Amino acid sequence: MHRRALLTRILAVVSALSLAGALAACGGSEGAQGGSGDSSAAIIQVGSVYEPQNLDNTAGGGQGVTEALNGNVYEGLFRLTDTGAVEPLLAKDQKVSDDGLTYTFTLQPDVKFHSGKALTSADVKASIERVTAENSKSARKSNLAVIKSIATPDDATVAITLNSRSISFVYNLSYIWIVNASATDLTTKADGTGPYRLGDWKRGSTLSLTRFDGYWGTPAKNAGVVFHYFTDATALNNALLTNAVDIVTGEQSPDALAQFSGNSNYKVNDGKSTTKLLLAFNDKAAPFDKVAVRQAVSQAIDDKKLLTSVWGEYGTTIGSMVPPSDPWYEDLTSVNAYNVENAKKLLASAGLPNGFTFTLDTPSYDPHPTAATFIKSELAKVGITVNINTITADEWYTKVYQKRDFTATLQEHVNDRDVVWYGNPDFYWGYNNPQVTDLIDKAEQARTADEQTTLLKQANKIIAEEAASDWLYLYPQIVVASTKLTGYPVNGLNAQFFAYGIVKN
Amino acid sequence: MTRYLLRRTAILIGSLFAAAVVLFVLLRLLPGDPANALLPVGATPEQIAAAQRELGTDAPLLSQFLTWLGNVFTLDLGNSLISTLPVGDEILARLPVTIPLTLAAFVLAVLIAVPVGALAAARADRWYGPVINAVAQLGIAVPAFWVGLLLITVFALQLGVLPAGGFPPDGWADPAAAIEALVLPVVTVALVMSASLIRYVRSATLDVLGADYLRTARALGATPAQAMWRHGLRNAAVPVIAVLAMELATTFLGAVVVESVFALPGLGSMLVRGISQHDYPVIQGVMLVSTATVLLVGFLGDLAQRLVDPRLLHRAAS
Repeated sequence: MHRRALLTRILAVVSALSLAGALAACGGSEGAQGGSGDSSAAIIQVGSVYEPQNLDNTAGGGQGVTEALNGNVYEGLFRLTDTGAVEPLLAKDQKVSDDGLTYTFTLQPDVKFHSGKALTSADVKASIERVTAENSKSARKSNLAVIKSIATPDDATVAITLNSRSISFVYNLSYIWIVNASATDLTTKADGTGPYRLGDWKRGSTLSLTRFDGYWGTPAKNAGVVFHYFTDATALNNALLTNAVDIVTGEQSPDALAQFSGNSNYKVNDGKSTTKLLLAFNDKAAPFDKVAVRQAVSQAIDDKKLLTSVWGEYGTTIGSMVPPSDPWYEDLTSVNAYNVENAKKLLASAGLPNGFTFTLDTPSYDPHPTAATFIKSELAKVGITVNINTITADEWYTKVYQKRDFTATLQEHVNDRDVVWYGNPDFYWGYNNPQVTDLIDKAEQARTADEQTTLLKQANKIIAEEAASDWLYLYPQIVVASTKLTGYPVNGLNAQFFAYGIVKN
Repeated sequence: MTRYLLRRTAILIGSLFAAAVVLFVLLRLLPGDPANALLPVGATPEQIAAAQRELGTDAPLLSQFLTWLGNVFTLDLGNSLISTLPVGDEILARLPVTIPLTLAAFVLAVLIAVPVGALAAARADRWYGPVINAVAQLGIAVPAFWVGLLLITVFALQLGVLPAGGFPPDGWADPAAAIEALVLPVVTVALVMSASLIRYVRSATLDVLGADYLRTARALGATPAQAMWRHGLRNAAVPVIAVLAMELATTFLGAVVVESVFALPGLGSMLVRGISQHDYPVIQGVMLVSTATVLLVGFLGDLAQRLVDPRLLHRAAS
C-alpha cells in the first residue's frame, strides 16, 4: 500500500534523526575516572545536603558554611576537636588573670592569610567585633556579651577583659573565625588562615577548596576538597554509589543505609552527634506544669523502641539534655525510665487517673511525624489522648518558639553544651527552677573546669528527675565513606567537617 | 495581521502583569517570615525586628510590590534575602542547565511522538495501535520523578553507563561531560512528555485520514503520499502546533521538577531552595521568568498556528 510506503519513509527519517541525536549524546560517555599514585595529589569529593546560604557565618550563612569553611578555610584562636576537646589553634598560649576576668593570648607566629597578609592582633579584635556587632546574625553573639573590652598591646598579643567570669569563654572562642580585618565581600569571598583557600562556589552545585601552600601549620593531606550539594537524599546516595562522591558528611535517611552497610566498598561510621530529639513540654502550661504529669508521660514512652523503629541499630537513648561528647555527661537513662504501671500511678497522684488530652505541635519533616504517631499510641495505653497538629518549620518558629503558644511540641536541638538553656526561665519551654538557674549561673562563674562540670552535672540531674522535657533519643552521626578514604571526622560536632586529614588511596 | 499582533501583545503584557500581582500576593499570604530562616534559634525579638527592617519585609505590602515591579522593569530582580546576591545573576547562571534540558527533551519528545502517534492512527485496526494508545495513556499517569528514579537505577546504578546526577562544576567547559549529565534527565522528561503528545498526534492524524479533502485529492489523481503531503500534513499540523506550544511550556515545568531528582543546578532546584527559605525575591524571580516563558511560548504558538492556517488569520482579522 502506498500509504504504508509514506509512513515508512517518515519513520525512517525520524529514526535516523533520533539515532543521530542519541549518538551525539553518548559521544561523551568515556569514563573520567582513573589515575592513581600520590594520595596527597587527590581531590576529595564530598557529598552534603547543607549548601551554605552565603559564605559569612555572621550573616546567616547557616550550617553549610560551618561544614565547608570552619577549620578548613577559617581558623579560630581555639579549635573544638571531633571528640569535643578544646585545643589552642591560632592562640599559641594564653594567660588568665587571677580574678579570671582578663585573658591574654599570644598568637602563633608566621601565620598568613590566603591573601598573603600576615595575621596580627588587630585582625583578631576585628573578627570578634564582627560577631558581636549590631547587625551580626551569629548564633554565638549572646555568648560573647560578657566581653568588656579588647586590647591589642602589640601585633602578637590580644588581651580580652570580661564583665564577669566565664569558664566557657575559651570554648566559645573556638567558634570565632579569624578573618582578615581588611577583607570585604565575605558573603561571596573568603580570606582566612586555614589549610585551604576558597576555590569556586557554583551556587546550587559545588564549592571547592584548594590546598593553601603558605599554610603555617601541618599542610592538608590532600590537594583539595569539592563539596557537592544535593537537595534530595536519594540523589546524594546515588552519587556515592556511582563514585561521584567519596564521602557523605551526614546520612539523613536510615532506610538508605542497608545498601552501604552490606557493601565492602563502603564504611558506615556510627559517630556521636549532639542532636537530641525532644518532646518538649510547655512547663508553664497545665497539665505539664505538674512534675508528676511530665514524669508520667516520660515513663509511658518506650524511647528505645522509638529509636529502633526510626534508626534501626543506630543512635543512642539519653536520659537528659547532655550528649556523651559534653564534659558533664553521665548516663541518666535510668531516671524516669520506661515503666507503664508507674506512669499510671503518677497520673493518679496528679489527680488525672483517667488521663487527659493534649495537642502535640509536630514539625512536618522527618522524623517528627513518625515520633508523634508513636507517642500517640504509647500514651493511649495510660489514657492520654494526643492530638497531632502538623506544622511547618516556619510555623514552629513563630507559634512555638516566639509566641510560646503550645502545650507540647517535638523538636531537634542540635548544639553541644546546650543544657544551659534550662537555666533560662524565659526560654520557650518555660522551665523554671531557681535552683537549676543558680547552678547553671554558678557553673559559668566556676574557677576550674572540674568545678563547672560538677555544678552542671547537679543541674542536669535535677532537670532529668523533674522531667523538664522528655529526651527521646540522641541522633546518630552517620558518615558513609568509600573504603579508599581514611582520616575523616566521624562525629561532626556542631556540623563542622575537618577535611585536611583525609587521605584517598 | 498587525491588528491581531497588537491585540495579542496587549493580552500577553496584561497576563504577565496579572501573574506578577497574583504571585506577589500569594507569597505574602504564606505563613512565616524570611527573618526566621536567617536567624539562629535563640534570637531575641529585637534581633528579629532588626532583621525584618533590614530585609524590608516590615514595609507595607503595596510599597514592597511597587518597588519590586519597578525593579523588574529595569530587569533587576532584586537580591536574595538569604545570600544577598543578585537573583538575576543566579537565574542567568542556571539557564545553561534548564534551557538545554528543556529544548532537548522537547525535541526528543516530538521525535518520539510524531511517528508513534501517526503509526497508532494509521494502524488503529492492528493489534499495536491500541497497545500504543494504552501505553501512552499509562505514560500520562506516571510522574516524572518516578521515571527518573527508574532510569537512574537501571542506567547509573546497575549498568553504570551514565552518571546518576549532578552537573560538571565547570559547566559547559567540557561539553561531553555536560551532555553526559543531561542524557538521563532529558530522556526522563521526554518520555513523560511524549506520552501525552502521542495521543494528540494520533487523534489529529485520525481526523485527517478520514477527511473528505483527502479523499477528494485522491479522486483527483493524487497518490496517498501526495495527498498527505499537500493537504494532510498541513491540516494535522494546526491542532498539533497548538498542543506543541503548550507542551513546550509543560516540558519546561517538567524539567524544573526533574532537576532535584538529578541534582542539577537549574531553575528548579533554585526554586525549591527559595521556597524552603521564604526567600521572596528568589521565588518571585524564578516564577516570573518561568511564567513569562510559558506565556511567550503560547504567544509564539498562536502566531505559528496562524501562519500555517491562513483561515484562522482571516477569522481573527474580521
